[in-house]
Amino acid sequence: MDRIPILRMGEFLLVTIQVDMHDQLALALQDDLSERISKTAARGVLIDISALDMVDSFIGRMIGTISAQSRIMDAHTVVVGMQPEVAITLVELGLTLPGVSTALDVERGMKLLRQRVASE
Amino acid sequence: MNVRTHGSMPVRREQDVVLARQAVRKLAVDCGMRLVDQTKMVTAASELARNTVVYGGGGDMDWELLEDGARTGLRLVFRDEGPGIADTALAMTDGWTSGSGLGLGLTGARRLVSEFELDSAPGKGTRVSITRWT
Ligand SMILES: Nc1ncnc2c1ncn2[C@@H]1O[C@H](COP(=O)(O)OP(=O)(O)OP(=O)(O)O)[C@@H](O)[C@H]1O
Ligand SMILES: [Mg+2]
Repeated sequence: MDRIPILRMGEFLLVTIQVDMHDQLALALQDDLSERISKTAARGVLIDISALDMVDSFIGRMIGTISAQSRIMDAHTVVVGMQPEVAITLVELGLTLPGVSTALDVERGMKLLRQRVASE
Repeated sequence: MNVRTHGSMPVRREQDVVLARQAVRKLAVDCGMRLVDQTKMVTAASELARNTVVYGGGGDMDWELLEDGARTGLRLVFRDEGPGIADTALAMTDGWTSGSGLGLGLTGARRLVSEFELDSAPGKGTRVSITRWT
């Protein structure tokens, strides 16, 4: 089965989702990320979803789970690049992603992660 | 109201949910929907297609491009011959799930479209029709 690559950048992990994910792929990413966080003792995870043209309840739930899981493992997650029409649709669907940090782009996301880690 | 074109595709496996999303995106573009409306239709379709696979045991998606005077619309029908839904009012409650979902698929899909119809009964299968106009 194909996998979504996870890149390491110092104490952070970077994931860029570039494909229309089927559910198993989303679940695999969730598992791979928690494994990588524990292996690398990463302090932050940046998930770039700027290439996603929709987020449904399944992908939304995956994002929420990754965020909660990373928190338990002493890492922060920031989701960046959500397209405005995707955000509008997500809210109307009923998903508000409580507890998930977001930023406009990778640069701002990185800055937010650094601040979060530094303030601990 | 005229049906400009119509067609059907299988929604049996998980991968079909992705294919259905992509097909609906293309249809929504053909229909002349704005980007945000395309996204709403694709997201609603994704929810319903997943339900068809997960709960309905697989089925089909029928689509119709509609013309009604000056406006155009896209109608999608998801149908399966699975176990059906015993209490459709309960299924249409935000947050209610018989599985491990968020219980947002049906209610969320209804909020994302102009017209929504759910027709289901135990032993009869499930049929959900959604329409969005430009
Ligand atoms: N095609 C179907 N056949 C049989 N039962 C269905 C079908 N679609 C939905 N249901 C029932 O309706 C319930 C609500 O569906 P809905 O999509 O709203 O939530 P969910 O699938 O449980 O969670 P989510 O979609 O948020 O991940 C389901 O848990 C299931 O019991
Ligand atoms: Mg569902």
